[in-house]
Amino acid sequence: MMNLLWLIPTFPLAGFLILCATEGKLPKVVTACIGAGSVGLSAIAATLVGWEFVTSDSTSYSQVLWTWMVVGDFNVSISLYLDYLALVMVGVITGVGFLIHLYATGYMWDEEGYSRFFAYMNLFVFAMLLLVLGDSLLLLFLGWEGVGLCSYLLIGFFHTDPANGYAARKAFVVTRVGDTALILGLFLLFREVGTLDIQQSLDGARDIWPDGSVMNTAIALLLLGGAIGKSAQVPLQTWLPDAMAGPTPVSALIHAATMVTAGVYLIARMQDLYLLSETATLCVAVVGLVTLFIASFTALVQSDIKRVLAFSTMSQIGYMFFALGVGAWSAAIFHLMTHAFFKALLFLASGSVILALHHEQDMHKMGGLWRKLPIPFWSMLIGSAALAALPFTSGFVSKDAILLTAAHSETLGMTFWSIAVAAAFMTSLYTVRMMYLTFFGETKTEPHDKSKANMWLPLLVLSVLSIGGGWLGFTVLGTLFGDKGVPFELHLKELVAIATMCVPLLGVLVGYLLFATNVFDRRKISDSAPGKAVGRFWFVGWGFDKIYDSLIVNPFRWLARVNKSDAVDYLYRFTTLVARIFHNLLTVSQNGRLRWYALTMFSGLLFVLIVVALI
Amino acid sequence: MMDATGGIPLEHVIWFAITLFLIGVVGILIRRNVIFILLSLELMMNAAAVVFIAAGAFHDQADGQVMFMFILALAAAEVAVALGLVVQLSRRFKTLDIDAASEMTG
Repeated sequence: MMNLLWLIPTFPLAGFLILCATEGKLPKVVTACIGAGSVGLSAIAATLVGWEFVTSDSTSYSQVLWTWMVVGDFNVSISLYLDYLALVMVGVITGVGFLIHLYATGYMWDEEGYSRFFAYMNLFVFAMLLLVLGDSLLLLFLGWEGVGLCSYLLIGFFHTDPANGYAARKAFVVTRVGDTALILGLFLLFREVGTLDIQQSLDGARDIWPDGSVMNTAIALLLLGGAIGKSAQVPLQTWLPDAMAGPTPVSALIHAATMVTAGVYLIARMQDLYLLSETATLCVAVVGLVTLFIASFTALVQSDIKRVLAFSTMSQIGYMFFALGVGAWSAAIFHLMTHAFFKALLFLASGSVILALHHEQDMHKMGGLWRKLPIPFWSMLIGSAALAALPFTSGFVSKDAILLTAAHSETLGMTFWSIAVAAAFMTSLYTVRMMYLTFFGETKTEPHDKSKANMWLPLLVLSVLSIGGGWLGFTVLGTLFGDKGVPFELHLKELVAIATMCVPLLGVLVGYLLFATNVFDRRKISDSAPGKAVGRFWFVGWGFDKIYDSLIVNPFRWLARVNKSDAVDYLYRFTTLVARIFHNLLTVSQNGRLRWYALTMFSGLLFVLIVVALI
Repeated sequence: MMDATGGIPLEHVIWFAITLFLIGVVGILIRRNVIFILLSLELMMNAAAVVFIAAGAFHDQADGQVMFMFILALAAAEVAVALGLVVQLSRRFKTLDIDAASEMTG
């Protein structure tokens, strides 16, 4: 059964090819069946393979499909590699991916380019599966770029608005910065280890640098650079909020559940490199910590519901990086999984709200919807509870595992822990704000709910997973990384553990008092001069966009304007100039006079004769 | 050698042909009248023909005379085409001056 592994990425590829070849001429129902069905089949294949894998004793399974290229000693094969890490990722991609595709069949029904949408989505799923199943770093990189391409195509899906095109280009270019670091890291790794096969290169790295080295740290940091770009961490995080220009299912699939977690996957996959270098590991933790802190404050003041979720995604991925950095490898991957459940749920539920309000995304124009949109409301409530890590949800289990592991790490444990817990407090605060503004208070826009079973069924399944997904953690993920890293367990007794558990509840309480009651006057805080300034600062995401605009974008534009005629071109223009001068000289001889031509002919003949005679 | 060319040495024939040819060349270059240019062309062709005949006689081969027949046919064809062109030239430009037809400059 395990040799069915190749089928998992093949189904979405086939779906993409069919939708591409038919150019949108198929009826919509057929398009929907192919688009969602291909991912569904792939999910079934993943279930079969996964069941076989879990029940067998083996810890990894690899399948060589064919040789990609051979140049001297350099040999890259297209081969798939399945272990527990890849299995979790494949489960999330195909499972959550299928639910989102199913939802999208309803959500995108009235949009232009229905078939194009599903073609891109299927291509994305294929590339993402290639990324997590690839046995060599080159195949991983192929998938890595593939998902970047699909992200670009889908952010700019509504291409008639130039702003969406700008957002798509921004996402592409900013992630390209990280990708450059990644490919440099791959070059270095190949030079040092001599192979791009993941397992062999990790073994090689352990042999060459038993105690770590500068080179090892450099490679790990370069790979981290790639991960930062893809996973929207500080300082390359600015593209993610703008990426919300894409359709909501895209935000759910690519910019919440799967693609943005590719960075987490990459670091977890190259774990051994990081275990050898304390500096790199510390960098991972700090990047995650800074991101989760900044993003959670930014989310508090956003007014666009999708931007709130975007910043919350950044901060949750920050938690995963943080967990990787403090050695809680299993907890990081576990949080990746639960986050995929509840963040997809939140995005899809908000998509239902947005659709019911005729594409209104401003939370200040929503309100009082909880009776009118019961299914989105309850789904969103469950998703929010998991996001805020309230007890008995999946988010609680995974986030507590991260925070408690951080608290127990030797060096900066408590510092790390307190910053992360402060951000957790902010998480529940902005979650309450989002829920309150959207669903409570007075109704400002009348909703028209027209969602059918294909839209509320995924919400239902994801709601169940958002609550129950936590229990999967103990059975599957406890053994994910074996004895490397910190063991995955839940503490309930210590003081730190109780504090960690109570902070989200405290956040919800404060949020309730702040937003739903008049105990504190929040207008007074937000309208005061410092409150306004801080609010503005948070609203623009701590000014990163502005810094990049003035440091990079505007100088580049200035340079492009100054160099409009392209200095390098002068060299080539000189060549054409010389050719033109000679051309003009020669045209004088083309005077149309027959006798002149005869004269040139005879003088030529004479010249040849003289030459012959002299020789 | 003496017999074949009727007592005239080959060298003389060649000098004669060269002279004839150069007269033709100069004629083409300096005359503007199309008719005279055509005459000069005929001269040049006949210069070549004389060399063929003489060389054929010198080597005691019939090939030279065969080539002369070809040149004769070629000259007839050339005159047919060229006189057509002359008629067109005189109709369009009302002159026989070859320099009048010099619009096709580079």
